[in-house]
Amino acid sequence: MLEIIAPFFERLNETAGINFSPFHDPYDWSRFVEGMWISVKLISAIIALSLVIGVLGAGAQTSKSRLLRIVVAAYIEVFRNTPPIVQLLFFYFGLGAITPQVDMGGWYEPIIGAFGWAVIAIGIFGGAYNVEIFRSGVEAVPHHTKEAAEALGFSDLKIFIYITLPLAFRFCLPALTNNIISLAKTSSLAYVIAVPEITYSLANIWSDSLNVSEMMVLLFVFYILLVAVIAQIMSFLERKLALKGYGQ
Amino acid sequence: MMSYSVARLTWRAPAIVGGLCIAATLATTFTAEAQDAGSGQMSAFAALVTWMPFILKGFLLNLLMSVLAMALATVTGLFLGFMQISPSAFIRLPAKFVTHLFRNSPWLVILFAIMLLVPFQVTLPGGEKVLIPDWVKATIGFALPVMANIAEILRGAIASIPSGQWESAESLAFTRGQTLRHIILPQCVRRMLPPWMNWYALLTLMTPMAAILGVSEALGNTQAAMEAAGSRPEFLIPFYLFLMTIFFVFIYPLSIYTRRLERRFSAGA
Repeated sequence: MLEIIAPFFERLNETAGINFSPFHDPYDWSRFVEGMWISVKLISAIIALSLVIGVLGAGAQTSKSRLLRIVVAAYIEVFRNTPPIVQLLFFYFGLGAITPQVDMGGWYEPIIGAFGWAVIAIGIFGGAYNVEIFRSGVEAVPHHTKEAAEALGFSDLKIFIYITLPLAFRFCLPALTNNIISLAKTSSLAYVIAVPEITYSLANIWSDSLNVSEMMVLLFVFYILLVAVIAQIMSFLERKLALKGYGQ
Repeated sequence: MMSYSVARLTWRAPAIVGGLCIAATLATTFTAEAQDAGSGQMSAFAALVTWMPFILKGFLLNLLMSVLAMALATVTGLFLGFMQISPSAFIRLPAKFVTHLFRNSPWLVILFAIMLLVPFQVTLPGGEKVLIPDWVKATIGFALPVMANIAEILRGAIASIPSGQWESAESLAFTRGQTLRHIILPQCVRRMLPPWMNWYALLTLMTPMAAILGVSEALGNTQAAMEAAGSRPEFLIPFYLFLMTIFFVFIYPLSIYTRRLERRFSAGA
C-alpha cells in the first residue's frame, strides 16, 4: 500500500511543501495505522459498554424497588451534568491510583491501563444517555402488548427480555444512532490520558514533523468517514428491523 | 403509581448527590488524614479549602467562555441555518458542508485546529499587532461545533412547521421573507428554546477541555493547585470530586428547567 502512494506524496512534499508524512514515511504510517486501529477498538468497546449499561439501567428503572430506581436516576443526573473530561481524569487518576497493581516481575502495572479506564469512563458517561434513550423506548411499547404477554404466562423478567426490549430497541434506534455517533466523537477525549488513539498518534506526528494543518485534514477526514460508516450501519439496522404497522 | 423517573426527582436528586459527594470527599480526606497524622503534612481537606478560591476563579473563566461562545454560536448558527434553507444551491451547499464538517468532528479536534492553526497574533490594517489570548481562541473553538448544531436546530424547527402554513401565507400573497419573518419564525422560537439550552449546558461541560491547551480555567487551576499543594495521590479524588460538584451545581438547575420547558412546549404543540 505504502509503496504505491509514497512517491506521489513525496513529490507533493518536495514540490508543494504539503507534508502528509504518514503516506511516505514508514514510521509515521505505522503510527497512523496503529492510531486508527486503536480508535476503532476503543470506540467499539465504549459503545458496547454503554449499550449494556443502557439496557441494565432501563431494566432497573422499571423495577419495583424504589431504592434501585433512585440510584439509577442519580447516576444519570451525575454523569449527564458533569464535564466528561473531569470524569475521565477522576477515573484514571483518582480511582486508578487506588486500584490494585500486578507484579510484572520487577515493576508494577495497574490492572486497568489507560485504555481500560478510557473505556470505563466514557462508557459510563455514554451509558447515562443510553438509559434515558432505552427508557423512552420502553415507555413507547404499548401497554396491551405487555398485558397480552402476561396473559400468556410470561414472568416480569421474560416480558422485559422477550417482549419489551426487542420492541423498545426498534423504537429508540434513531435516538441511539445520535448517541453512538456522539460517543464515537467523545472517544477522542482519551487523548488526555495518553491512549494512543488517532488524535494522540497524529498529535505525535505533527509535533515531530511540524505538519499540523495536513494532520488536521487527516483527522477531520477520519472522523467524518467514521461517522458516515456508523450512520450507514445504523440506518441499515433500522431498515432491517423495521416493524410492519409502525412508522411509514 | 409513583414512578421515579428522572423527570420526577427534580430537586431531591441533587441534594442526595451533593450529600454523597461531600460524604465521599470527607471519607477520603479523613482516611488520608488518619494515615499521615503527625507527619506534619497538610491534609487533603485543608489543601482543598486553601485552594478553593483559586479553583473557583478558574470556574469564572469557564462561565465567561461558555457565555461568549454561546453568543457567538447563536449568531453564526442562525446565519448558517438561514443559508441552509436558501432556495439557491450556491448558498445552500456550502452551508451544508460547513454544518456537516463541524457537526461530525470531535470537540477536541476542532479545538486543536483552532488553537494550532490560528496565529497567536494578528496584524491590524493599521500596522499594529494584537495578541490573541488563548482563552479567546478556545472560545472560538467551542463556538464552532455549537454553531453547526444551532444551524441544524433552526433547520429542523422550520421543517417541523406544517407546510399548510407556507401555502396559506402564499395564498395571502406574502413574499418568502415576509412568510418567514411573520409566520414561520415566531412559531420556531419556542421549539428551538429547549435544544438551545441543552447545547448551552453541553458547551459548558466541554469548556474544561481548554485546560489541555494551557488555558487556566477550572480544570487547569485544579491541576495546578494539586501540584502546588505537594501533588500527593490522596488529593486526586477530593479535588476532582469538588470540580465535578461545582459543574453539577451550575448545570443541574439548567437541565431541570430545560426539561420542564420541553414538556410544556410538547404538551402545547
